[in-house]
Amino acid sequence: MASASTIYALSSAPGRAGVAVIRVSGPAAPAALAAMVRKPPAHAQAAFRIIRHPDTAAPLDQALVLYFAKPDSETGEDVAEFQVHGGRAVVNAVLDALGSIPNCRMAEPGEFARRAFANGKLDLAEAEGLADLVDAETEAQRIQALAQSSGVLSKLYDGWRTCLLEGMALVEAAIDFSDESDVSDQAMAKARNSVELLAEDLARHLADGRRGEILREGFRVALLGAPNAGKSSLLNALARRDAAIVSEEAGTTRDVIEVRLDLGGYPVIVSDTAGLREASGAIEREGIRRSLAAAESADLVLWLVEPGGQSQPALAESPGESSRVSRETAPLVLTVLTKSDLTKPDPENASVPGLAISTKTGAGLDELIARITGVAADRLATRTGPPLTQTRHRQALEACLAGIRTFMAGDPAEPELRAEDLRRAAHALGRITGRVDVEDVLGEIFGRFCIGK
Amino acid sequence: MNTGAPNTLNFDVIVVGGGHAGCEAAAAGARIGARTALVTHRADTIGEMSCNPAIGGLGKGHLVREIDALDGLMGQVADQAGIQFRLLNRSKGPAVHGPRTQADRKLYRQGMQRAIRETANLTVIEGGVEDLIVRATAGGSEDGMVEGVILCDGRRLRAGAVVLTTGTFLNGLIHMGETRIPAGRVGEAPALKLSERLYALGLRLGRLKTGTPARLDGKTIDWARLEMQEADADPVPFSFLTERITTPQIACGITQTSEATHAIIRANLSRSPMYSGQIASTGPRYCPSIEDKVVRFADRTSHQVFLEPEGLDDDTIYPNGVSTSLPAEVQEAFLKTMPGLERVVIKRPGYAIEYDYVDPRELTQGLQVKRLPGLFLAGQINGTTGYEEAAAQGIAAGVNAALRAGGSDRVFAVSRTEGYLGVMIDDLITRGVSEPYRMFTSRAEFRLKLRADNADQRLTPLGIALSCVGPHRRAAFEAKERALRDGHTLLNQLSVTPREADRAGLKVNQDGRRRTAFELLAFPGVDLARLAAIWPQLADLAPRVGAQLEVDARYRSYVDRQDEDVAALRRDEKIGIPADFDYGALPSLSGEVRQKLVRHRPETIAQASRIEGMTPAALLVLLAHLKSGAKRRSA
Repeated sequence: MASASTIYALSSAPGRAGVAVIRVSGPAAPAALAAMVRKPPAHAQAAFRIIRHPDTAAPLDQALVLYFAKPDSETGEDVAEFQVHGGRAVVNAVLDALGSIPNCRMAEPGEFARRAFANGKLDLAEAEGLADLVDAETEAQRIQALAQSSGVLSKLYDGWRTCLLEGMALVEAAIDFSDESDVSDQAMAKARNSVELLAEDLARHLADGRRGEILREGFRVALLGAPNAGKSSLLNALARRDAAIVSEEAGTTRDVIEVRLDLGGYPVIVSDTAGLREASGAIEREGIRRSLAAAESADLVLWLVEPGGQSQPALAESPGESSRVSRETAPLVLTVLTKSDLTKPDPENASVPGLAISTKTGAGLDELIARITGVAADRLATRTGPPLTQTRHRQALEACLAGIRTFMAGDPAEPELRAEDLRRAAHALGRITGRVDVEDVLGEIFGRFCIGK
Repeated sequence: MNTGAPNTLNFDVIVVGGGHAGCEAAAAGARIGARTALVTHRADTIGEMSCNPAIGGLGKGHLVREIDALDGLMGQVADQAGIQFRLLNRSKGPAVHGPRTQADRKLYRQGMQRAIRETANLTVIEGGVEDLIVRATAGGSEDGMVEGVILCDGRRLRAGAVVLTTGTFLNGLIHMGETRIPAGRVGEAPALKLSERLYALGLRLGRLKTGTPARLDGKTIDWARLEMQEADADPVPFSFLTERITTPQIACGITQTSEATHAIIRANLSRSPMYSGQIASTGPRYCPSIEDKVVRFADRTSHQVFLEPEGLDDDTIYPNGVSTSLPAEVQEAFLKTMPGLERVVIKRPGYAIEYDYVDPRELTQGLQVKRLPGLFLAGQINGTTGYEEAAAQGIAAGVNAALRAGGSDRVFAVSRTEGYLGVMIDDLITRGVSEPYRMFTSRAEFRLKLRADNADQRLTPLGIALSCVGPHRRAAFEAKERALRDGHTLLNQLSVTPREADRAGLKVNQDGRRRTAFELLAFPGVDLARLAAIWPQLADLAPRVGAQLEVDARYRSYVDRQDEDVAALRRDEKIGIPADFDYGALPSLSGEVRQKLVRHRPETIAQASRIEGMTPAALLVLLAHLKSGAKRRSA
């Protein structure tokens, strides 16, 4: 029972996990792997690889990559697995990359399980267990849109659905009721007007700088700096505060690697990166390279400088104080001068401007936290209405927008093809608003037109 | 069996009702070889068009083509009786072309009666059916197996399968103003006892409503004042076997209502049974009475009305668009406000009719009642409306009744991916109806694949496999198939480089890739005539074959894209659920979902997935248990 399409999905809970697992199943899985890593692992092998975007070859993450050839895989199909760092930026980047592989698409709820089951890879008990998960997934998808943002988001989604339904009703009426006098020749033109507005609205919301996802998964702050700049001390200092939830990496030292803070109601994740902590001596340059990669996926970078230390080597063009970089999603950089207890404040002598702190005395910590809160608040403040809170929503809306754009570009003299374009758009939107059924379309037609000559 | 009893007749299949569903059911059963009886009140009303004298339209025209592809009667009879052929959506793509014609009521009836007479294995019996014969167990109670019918005069007809196609006759009640008349059609008695019997057997019955306008005397209409709508110059027939239409074509008149019309209707709303509360059942939203239009679309100042002649030598005019149940004198008053109808004489007033229907979720995909094996239902009794919908169900029910009577386990079921017939039956049995069900092309998710032009390629092979298609059609079909195959091969063999295409005036990307003639045919504005400039041999393709190839090429990329959805649906359609499946053994199903499954007893995973409220998780559980059950049984 081979399926023609290849599906992918994030299969660990998004956001908080240290490691996120992204699974790909179907005939294009080997191709996806080959397009994204060099020397892909053989069947049932794992390898540590740099994941690259298939089109741009830009590095996305360094991750554990696994491959299982059919039929000896979890779904019975060819399966590739990427175990990436849990950050949303990395996960999104990898999901986006997979979306650009031919014949790859996001999985429907329960689709992995259906495929596994169809290929005899699940027994009854496992299927029962999975069903709960699928149920939760489906429920979550349905309810999330409705429950979030005290109904603001659901209103927005309902508005989009209504708008698309209106467009579909007009196109379908132009086909099924073209002999009715109440259905004018203008129906196709009206449909175009209706969904054109929708397309603009969708595009605007998709360009919101991933605000919603940040809200849901946390505003990420990365600590960067040379070895001994005081990153671990700062992280530990932050971890001791009341607002902190601390995660530790099992099997390593008791060093804290990530701290979740609730700052002014915003979830903020401050993390040290493994790469930088390992960096020392000869491979310092490699450490810096990695730190810069990590910085790219953060929302805010704290550049730590100890007394007598260097200014930001590769970020030198950024001013020392927090500043807005032109790209909406690019991280801001804030320079922090650590170990202030070791030096006398001497403005004339300060080679690097920045905020001075001491984890020993606690000096400057409150101000640092106030600054982080200010940046998060500024970044997340409402500007374009309710935010998109999930990658899945984003991808669904992108697919919907793609369908509408095909519709707009197509020949209105072929309404049967334009109707298919809109059906595809509706299918995508239906993933977050609930299915758009033909009965809904017919209801819209009969409410709008006096049918029945 | 008391086969020797003097008042007992034996058949394989008994079809009750001589309307559009009944005729197709009886003829289909007989074609397969079942000794079939068609039982009707009056043989001279077989093939009567009770309402609008027209066949086909959007979605409906597709159904007629599918009926024809299965060697049914409707297409060929309509081709003989059609007096105003018009191909709807002619300017749009071929997937949504809708063949339609006005039909001469008498010619249609005569044509249908002739077709029935000429069908071998088919006997027409006049009489009213009063009861069903249900098999008795040793204990004397009935076990639900239907074995025949009992007529009003006491005659008993026994058979392996019974098909009920009672239309609006089941407990029919006509409303005209304050007047109520129990009837199946004007002047014809309703079937009351049969309805009681179905109810007593435990079937869920519901009530629906439909209406018809007054019939007018054409001699009293001022035609000179009216805009006329002509037939197509080149009428497109329904049947794949009809070469061309020879029946003379007529024009229809177009008039419209005005504020004066609406004022009269508004003033008399309290006398319309729809608004006085006398009728509570649901009518179709797409075929509203004029009262409904005036109330629901109060902002419209005018509604179009088509004046359709009912026959070549018949003065009766059907005013399409003013179905009503207002009292006769109000009908006359509002009709006379319309241009051309100032002096009109009403031949027969319009009316609304309420009738019983059986919740179609009681049925299998073979249209057999799940709880009453041997009993099949088709047409309006299943909550549909329209001649075409009825006739299409008739074929399905007739074939399945004959298969059952012949002792076969086979079920004739068309997939949603194969035909409108499949879409309709699947919609009915999985979702039920809340208003009379009519076919629309928008109901078919694979609309670009399910076209009127390829109905024969989609369904005739199925019909041949079931021996439901006669030798004449079979030969014609196989010849066309060969020609199409050859045409495809030819178009895929011929190819050009982008440069050569450019020289021939065809705009393609200069990417160095050769393109076949078939690929070029998918380009906008490219047809066989243009390609014949490059390859003269293409001009030799038969016109119908050529046209079909053009359509195939045009939609190929869209159809290909749906292939995976088609495959997934087919796969789910093939996973059967036993009729006695124990949903109680699935503790992880929610109570609500389990209740729905128990109530509707879907036959396949595909059907289950279309039941309202079904979740992916519930399907997974169901699937898991089906598979483990199958493993246990085979172990």
